[in-house]
Amino acid sequence: MTNWKVILNIAKTHLLTKMKSTVTAALGVTFGIGAYITLVSFMTGLNEMLDSLILNQTPHIHLYNEIEPTKEQPVALYEQFKGAFNVVESVKPKQSQRKIHNALPILNYLKKDDKVMGATPQLQANIFYLSGSIELGGNLVGVDIMEEARLYNIRDYIVEGTAEALKNSENGILLGAGLAKKMSLSMGDRVQISTVKGDIFPLKIVGIYQSGIAEIDNIRSFANLKSVQRILGEAQNYVTDINVKLQDMGEAPAMANVLSKQFKIKATDINEANAQFETGSNIRNLITYAVSITLLIVAGFGIYNILNMLIYEKMKDIAILKATGFSGGDVQLIFMSQAMIIGAIGGILGLIIGYGLSVLIDNVAFETEALPTITTYPINYNIGYYVIGISFALLSTFIAGWLPSNKAKRIDPVRIIRGT
Amino acid sequence: MELVLETKNINKHFRKPVDFHVLKDISLGIKKGEFASIMGKSGSGKSTLLYILSTMDTDYTGELFLNNELATGKPPQELSRLRNKHIGFVFQFHYLLSEFSVVENVMLPAKKLAEKSHAEIEHDAMEKLKMLHIEHLAKQRASRISGGEKQRVAIARALINSPSILMGDEPTGNLDSHNSENVFSIFKRLKEEEGLSLLVVTHDEDFANRTDRIIQMEDGRIVS
Repeated sequence: MTNWKVILNIAKTHLLTKMKSTVTAALGVTFGIGAYITLVSFMTGLNEMLDSLILNQTPHIHLYNEIEPTKEQPVALYEQFKGAFNVVESVKPKQSQRKIHNALPILNYLKKDDKVMGATPQLQANIFYLSGSIELGGNLVGVDIMEEARLYNIRDYIVEGTAEALKNSENGILLGAGLAKKMSLSMGDRVQISTVKGDIFPLKIVGIYQSGIAEIDNIRSFANLKSVQRILGEAQNYVTDINVKLQDMGEAPAMANVLSKQFKIKATDINEANAQFETGSNIRNLITYAVSITLLIVAGFGIYNILNMLIYEKMKDIAILKATGFSGGDVQLIFMSQAMIIGAIGGILGLIIGYGLSVLIDNVAFETEALPTITTYPINYNIGYYVIGISFALLSTFIAGWLPSNKAKRIDPVRIIRGT
Repeated sequence: MELVLETKNINKHFRKPVDFHVLKDISLGIKKGEFASIMGKSGSGKSTLLYILSTMDTDYTGELFLNNELATGKPPQELSRLRNKHIGFVFQFHYLLSEFSVVENVMLPAKKLAEKSHAEIEHDAMEKLKMLHIEHLAKQRASRISGGEKQRVAIARALINSPSILMGDEPTGNLDSHNSENVFSIFKRLKEEEGLSLLVVTHDEDFANRTDRIIQMEDGRIVS
């Protein structure tokens, strides 16, 4: 029944003869959407980078033996004191080994699980780095370097040397960047380390490791698991930590719980370890959306204003259209289609401008000590934001057009024609 | 004779600023092919009556028949269609859409009706313009032509859907005597050659005297 051809033709003529207002209204939408796309791409890009900085290096589940006192003191087991009020003073941690009991079977078990992307053994040892007469405290982590590279992107943090170089050398070490600086050491040099027991070993620096977190870079170095076991004089099954990466991070808390009970071991999941980090991300997202929505609402008001003016100008035309047989609905459609055309054109231009600005930012150099892998500002090119952008452009123009066009619909032609 | 337009006991009140009874028990009929004029002093309610007859004003009591079909109480959507198909309207001030060309203005109501193809409508529009001797203006912008020409374009637009009745609200009120004469002869010719019914509100006594019938109004009543 509705004659779209005629309606769109009238809408088109109105828009073309009022080119200036049309362009102004469309630009309002364009800037709103463009700014939204740029802002959201940049902010989420930044968030993702910061997230990955932590999350890439953090296992989803971390298995280890906690040094803690036994929950049940021996006195509680003693029949005769049952029901009595026992006080134990100076409780000491339970005498236990740091090594994970049955580490190799546990690893095999985890690797066979479909939900697990990978499980890596680690041996954390407290050592001293010797530089002349100075002893620097720190820790040496024995790892399966190729697995670490596959699961935790450790390659991104090796600023000099390669993961392969470590794998291929019996007594190589990936030295923390902060340590290298302190001790004025570089690739190919030798560094002496001393175990807690006092044994001294020379290791060859095959790479420099920089995580971007100074506190870690100043103490931590990596070596092959076997090398560290040898340095400590321990057997091949001596492993202190098992890091598990899952296919789906969301399952971490439940799985940590199960593993903890199954193997009688301490298991922390990623959410527990990084709770405050999540909060930061959420608040940054909140700010991004608040600013974006404000921009889009401002654009919406621009459209509302211009359509309102247009309708006042076209009062007579509306009266004629109604007198010659156009219904109120037709008139409303004429103005609604104008609003939607402005919204669609402005919105699409906005997406293009937003994309252009994102690419521009993406290519701006951004180098910082703390983030060795980043060379330009991070941008998140998520198609979802573009879909949200264009939807919001259409939605806001729809609402902004609806109110004035509804007024046009209800204009009484008789009053306009008679001039009262 | 068949009636094109008929009213029964139409009453209308203006409620603002104070209650005012504008039209009192208006009952009249316009026959097919009749050229009638409504005369009366300012404020006698003749324009108000015309807008009720044109179905644009629906705020009244009584009954209005168009082609023996009750128009009173129909939804606005249907009234629009009725107006589009059966009523041609010419205003005192030409009221063309100034951004469109002359021929587009004429074609618009037919496009809305959408009973003919675009080519047929364009052909019809050119025919009407030719009949009114303004075909040379067809491609001009409506804002670029003279007042007399505009009124002829408005008449062409009113005729495009071959309406049952042509209504005019002082169609010559804003024109000089030469153009007024022109418009009158066009109306006369339409009645004689095409058998069109016409109902024209006018102040112009000369104009009214040459029509078939004068409906004289005073204080909201038809007096003769």
